[in-house]
Amino acid sequence: MAAQNIKPLRDVVIGKYDQLRTRERVVLDIDGKEVGVYFEGDEVRAWLNVCPHGGGPVCQGKIMPRTVHNFLPGGKSGGLGHHESERNIVCPWHGYEFGILSGEHPIKSDVKLIAVPVRISDGDVILSV
Amino acid sequence: MTQKSDDGSSSAPEIKELEQIGRRSDTRDVLNHATHQAIAQYEDYFIVDIDAHVSEDQFWGEVLELIDNDVWKHIGLDQFGSFGGGNALLNLAPGLSQQSVGGRIGHQGRREPVEGVAGHPFVTAARRGMDALGLDYQVVFPSAMLVLGMHPQDEVEVVLARAFNRWLTEVVLPQDDRLKGLLYLPFNTPEVCEELVEKYKDDDNIIGFTVCSTRNNPVHSDVYSKLYSMIEATDKPLAFHSGYHWGDPSFAQLNRFLSMHALSFTHYNQIHVTNWIINAMPERFPKIKMLWVESGLAWIPFLAQRLDHEVLMRPSEAPGLTKLPSEYMREMWYTTQPMERTDLGMLEATMKFFNAETQLLYSSDWPHWDWDAPSTISNLPFLSEQAKRNILGLNAAKLFNLDATRKRPPAQQTLDERPGVS
Repeated sequence: MAAQNIKPLRDVVIGKYDQLRTRERVVLDIDGKEVGVYFEGDEVRAWLNVCPHGGGPVCQGKIMPRTVHNFLPGGKSGGLGHHESERNIVCPWHGYEFGILSGEHPIKSDVKLIAVPVRISDGDVILSV
Repeated sequence: MTQKSDDGSSSAPEIKELEQIGRRSDTRDVLNHATHQAIAQYEDYFIVDIDAHVSEDQFWGEVLELIDNDVWKHIGLDQFGSFGGGNALLNLAPGLSQQSVGGRIGHQGRREPVEGVAGHPFVTAARRGMDALGLDYQVVFPSAMLVLGMHPQDEVEVVLARAFNRWLTEVVLPQDDRLKGLLYLPFNTPEVCEELVEKYKDDDNIIGFTVCSTRNNPVHSDVYSKLYSMIEATDKPLAFHSGYHWGDPSFAQLNRFLSMHALSFTHYNQIHVTNWIINAMPERFPKIKMLWVESGLAWIPFLAQRLDHEVLMRPSEAPGLTKLPSEYMREMWYTTQPMERTDLGMLEATMKFFNAETQLLYSSDWPHWDWDAPSTISNLPFLSEQAKRNILGLNAAKLFNLDATRKRPPAQQTLDERPGVS
């Protein structure tokens, strides 16, 4: 692809960190580029709103606790449970799940979301898109 | 929300917020990315979706009103108005219907607002889906009746078949020429299947006939000989639509919905194809056009190799055959969804094995949880341009004798009318 077709990234302030972090997640269309921005504890992540599976709007689905299979001593099953802290982004098209912080599928980690650069500066949340 | 650019040179970006997608989201919002895929990948293709479902359970009361037996109509409407609702008279087990993965996937059982739009709400929802996915035609099929073949009361299957076929042909299909139907055959009662084929064989909106595969009827039984002869004479295909049934003793061993679902959708069609071929039905009904729906593709080379292997050793048990089972299977048709595509090398070999370029028809299964967009085909790197066009629409046009001229609006028009916010 010719180099001149690659648009340089530009910084876009999407709002104040103190206000946005109470939202947990915002999904924005910025000049046609869709990005989900997640606030988890003191961490912030931004992922492209395109599922690696089928191109679905992955960031517009539910946020669910990560489901775990509890193993008991002796190889016995302790049944299913919700992880006490980890939560997943769920694609509404087919249910593919990805860790909010890692962007990785819980079983196959090389199936993952595409990160969008995000930072906090002077109280602003800034995306590079 | 602050909307400004920090690059200091260009104008401020246009920012809009996108809402969470759920059960009441507009279909066009849910499928907005698919509409973009249509523009990028297949805008000039002719596309036919052989298997979609919308959500007729919302309108189940309309079907029950058309039941032609006073007793069953009374029981059905009584259940509908009380505990049964959209499951009245059906043998579905709502507690075992775990398709949504605990509500993670919201589009199965959709309840989107369609108020203020002219026409039947079923048709409105279907049209939104067709436009958003970029479909010229869509075949709609009743989700609720997919396991009706396991209903212990054959007479219930009969009255619901008659009523549903009336609702489909009298209420739904006349409202949009892009919607087509496959007639539901109550296969547990062959003489009623014959009655219905006779009644609807000349209906242009009924482009074929369907047996729901989830049942225990041997398809080679002579009780179906007259039915197959009648269908053969119509020149319209006979589709076997697979499904699941957790109550099957073998599947009752499986403790997860995904385990049961993965196996059962291939199980029933494997049994029916095996009986169909080993009993030489392709030789006895050489002109009937057989279509196998919603089993994906990976089972096809598996079953063909198993049957070839055993037929060569035991020809005395399949003496009506004049060629190998795999050769008969290459003369049948299959639909794509749910297409296994985690190993593209295996998928390429599978498609080559059964001549997918001529024998495979795209199906979405929208809005069920494991649906496939047309991009599942247009994205495949190993298919030729012609193969993609054939699978996405031209094979269906040929098999079902459909007019292969464009019927859908431009994808950009769909986006312009509903830019996707939800």
